[in-house]
Amino acid sequence: MNLPGGISRRGVFLKLAVFFNAVVGIILAVPIVRYIFSPMIRQRRPGYASWISLGSLNNFPAGETRLATYRNPVVNPWDGVTADIACWVRHVDADNFQVFAINCAHLWCPVRWFPQSSLFMCPCHGGVYYADGSRAAGPPERGLFQYSYKVEGDSLFIKAGEMPTPTLAANIKPGGPRCA
Amino acid sequence: MRLIANIADWFDRRVQLGGPIRETLEHPVPRQAASWFYVFGSAALTVFVLQIVTGILLATVYVPAAGQAWDSLQVLNREVTLGWFIRALHGWGSNFMVAIVFIHMVQVFLFGAFKFPRELTWLAGVFLLLMTLGMAFSGQVLRFDQDAYWGLGIGAAVSSRIPLVGPWLVSFLLGGPIIAGATLSRFFALHVFVIPGILIAIVGLHVLLVLKLGINEWPRPGRPVSRETYLREYRELTRKEGEPFVPDAVWKDVVFSGFILLSIAACALYFGPIGPGGQPNPTIIQTVPRPDFFFLWLYAVLSLLPSSLETPAMLIGPAIAVLVLLALPFVSGEGEKSWRRRPMAVLIVMLGVVAFGTLTDVARDAPWSPVMDAWSGEPIPAKYLTKRTALERQGALVFQAKQCHNCHALDGKGGQRGPALDAVAVRLTHDQLIRQVIQGGGNMPAYGKNLNPAETNALVGFLETLHPAGQAPAQDASRRHTHETNAAPSSSTPR
Repeated sequence: MNLPGGISRRGVFLKLAVFFNAVVGIILAVPIVRYIFSPMIRQRRPGYASWISLGSLNNFPAGETRLATYRNPVVNPWDGVTADIACWVRHVDADNFQVFAINCAHLWCPVRWFPQSSLFMCPCHGGVYYADGSRAAGPPERGLFQYSYKVEGDSLFIKAGEMPTPTLAANIKPGGPRCA
Repeated sequence: MRLIANIADWFDRRVQLGGPIRETLEHPVPRQAASWFYVFGSAALTVFVLQIVTGILLATVYVPAAGQAWDSLQVLNREVTLGWFIRALHGWGSNFMVAIVFIHMVQVFLFGAFKFPRELTWLAGVFLLLMTLGMAFSGQVLRFDQDAYWGLGIGAAVSSRIPLVGPWLVSFLLGGPIIAGATLSRFFALHVFVIPGILIAIVGLHVLLVLKLGINEWPRPGRPVSRETYLREYRELTRKEGEPFVPDAVWKDVVFSGFILLSIAACALYFGPIGPGGQPNPTIIQTVPRPDFFFLWLYAVLSLLPSSLETPAMLIGPAIAVLVLLALPFVSGEGEKSWRRRPMAVLIVMLGVVAFGTLTDVARDAPWSPVMDAWSGEPIPAKYLTKRTALERQGALVFQAKQCHNCHALDGKGGQRGPALDAVAVRLTHDQLIRQVIQGGGNMPAYGKNLNPAETNALVGFLETLHPAGQAPAQDASRRHTHETNAAPSSSTPR
């Protein structure tokens, strides 16, 4: 049946049906997109990082740099060993520390500490850092990433939970007790 | 037999596909195109089917959870009957697939098969290449070992450098704040559902286009492609010189595919399954991560680029490469097909092959990586210690203890990050050696804070003995002059 102006009844129904499905599509797309991007939404608010204990201060003798490990605060039961993260703790003196991410600032390979030469060396592309984490040689464009830390009672705490990135690092104040 | 024919007939009267299938199988192809050069596409498809079958078999055992993936691979390797063989087939199948897809692409490029009217076939092929590489990388991630873990780290580190969206992209890629369960699950979904789905769809389009447009004829020099006349010429060619694809042309494809499957099985049998390496435990830092064979060249590029070029090259380079590939059939859609008349095409392929080979070869030695245990594992050659003073031997000890050997080779042993030091005394004078050790520079860290004066003195004393017999160590000209003029009247020999 054609209405005046060449508009058919079926044509109108088809357009309405397509419009109806477009609306349904949008209603479904919003939660799907939010689901896919949930790791990013979570990062923005409330964030991943929280204060974690690295254990007693006695584990970190003054003047030395030691490997410490912690269980990532954001963790799933099936994460297994991947949620165990390592970091380097440098006890400068008294309450002064530096806590470095294990990841080379170049491409995130794990750096190793050589106390004899007081250098961090990366096994992948040869990035080298001094004891204070500053860049010594190789491809990295910056020093090692650092965690914020605080000393509470007998324990050393760091603010951790996320892979270090240059942008994140720019917002971190690696300061110590003053921030606590 | 009659029963089978009757059943087939019963089905065909309902699905009505027999006619189109027969027509497709018997479509005429130019006689010269039934060549051993034209077998790589079908071989890639065959290997893809092998990957699907072995992949499904592996998925019946593999656990895509970060805490158990590595263990399930061990079970596959050791406990499940012939689990090791299926893993080996899948792993070697992946290597063969990447190689065959590349060879196919080079052949298509050199034979001008991307030109009119097969532009879309080429575009589909470019996406198939990208998807194949995506499968190779995500497959390496599913082999959830140390290399996979740190390889993901490299991927995330590259993403983190993208301006503005970097950190968000990292969380998106990893599925969370760190490389963990969510990351593996993501890559599992990519490797098992998303990319294969896209692959199957594009393979369908690719094969459909080959059937619709016909296989590329054997290119003859001096017979350029023109948009106006090509279709007519091709129809004429297949009419005059055509032969049915089945059975006249297909036997070479079948033989080659069989040969490839046999080669994969032989590699699987001889070399066994690939990995897994050490557990994906980020607290085990005594590791030297290396990518799989086909990404070694990339590893070399990332190591050899100057720092200032690195980020732009990593972020813009791949985009430019893909754009160039996509633009090719539109920029060069007509003209000569034969490689005999396309010297630039031949040069580009040769340059690509040489660059790939060289970078891969360099990456296997990775001279830019320090040898992390050379200081304790590689002794100083005895010839550099005999007839030396106590101070010089003390210097050799400093050389080892301060990890100099990790970056500097002696007698071919040790790191190659810095120059070999067998003849360093010929290149640098006493003062230059001290300056270099204390201040570093030229990619060497400064050791000023880490060596006391006695250690520096001993180390430089040792380094000054490193010169070939009969070749004098370098000496500062002005200092020698001062020494000579000072020494002349009293004829003493100061040092």
